[in-house]
Amino acid sequence: MNGVPVSAYLALALILFCIGLYGALTKRNTIIVLISIELMLNAVNINLITFSKMGIAPSITGQIFAVFVIAVAAAEVAVGIAILLALYRNRKTVNIDEMNELKH
Amino acid sequence: MTFSGEFLAFILLALVAISGGVLLLNLTKVVHMVVALVFTFISIAGIYILLSAEFLAVVQVLIYSGAISIIMLFGIMLTKHNDEEEATAKGGKWRKAFLLLGVLAFGAVFYAGIYNLDFGSTPVALHENNAEQIGISLFSDYVIPFELMSVLLLVAFVGAIVLSKKDEEKEGEKE
Repeated sequence: MNGVPVSAYLALALILFCIGLYGALTKRNTIIVLISIELMLNAVNINLITFSKMGIAPSITGQIFAVFVIAVAAAEVAVGIAILLALYRNRKTVNIDEMNELKH
Repeated sequence: MTFSGEFLAFILLALVAISGGVLLLNLTKVVHMVVALVFTFISIAGIYILLSAEFLAVVQVLIYSGAISIIMLFGIMLTKHNDEEEATAKGGKWRKAFLLLGVLAFGAVFYAGIYNLDFGSTPVALHENNAEQIGISLFSDYVIPFELMSVLLLVAFVGAIVLSKKDEEKEGEKE
């Protein structure tokens, strides 16, 4: 029926999610951490759209959810960059290890 | 498995997406990392077209490889970076190794769950009038989440402006 099996799409999403997770956990630059989180959200979107086409009950709902995820991701990036700029103005650093004002 | 055109397109797009992600992890300059991610985002848009989600593919190109990448580049240009990632501290190497191990274990567990998954579902016509289907569903079943999303976007943008605005009066009071 279909050239590409559902597990191939899910495996691609899994690989992208793992890359994003590793990048978010190991990189020390705040912008790269933010963009790794975007990569993880994209992997989730691939999963949603795959299930919306080849899931147990295929319907358009998965694509609607992906639209909502994209909107939330855009809002998150705007606020994240704003916080980053405010922190940079005060601390002159983008290094994530030195952003610990809330710690003590 | 036959080598249909769809399969070939999937392999190519997946290769570009994954190599963009690997480049993100391995490049040293921040701008290059973001440009590598743009390739990943565009090939994910291609994957969406293969999954008969044309509207979302266009949205992906507009928002991710357009808006979000440009915002990230602005964030990079407005801050100062010591481009080369300096050699990490002593515990850094062990920490990275353990994190890599943990992420690989996570991936292995989930791959064991999905590697021969097949729902055998009947195909539905998602590609016919895709934007129209999304619009009808969005404005009949999901009106309230849609309106909540508008409030969320408004709050996020006002919050972003307030956070990134220079507070000069306050600095003047301090001095």
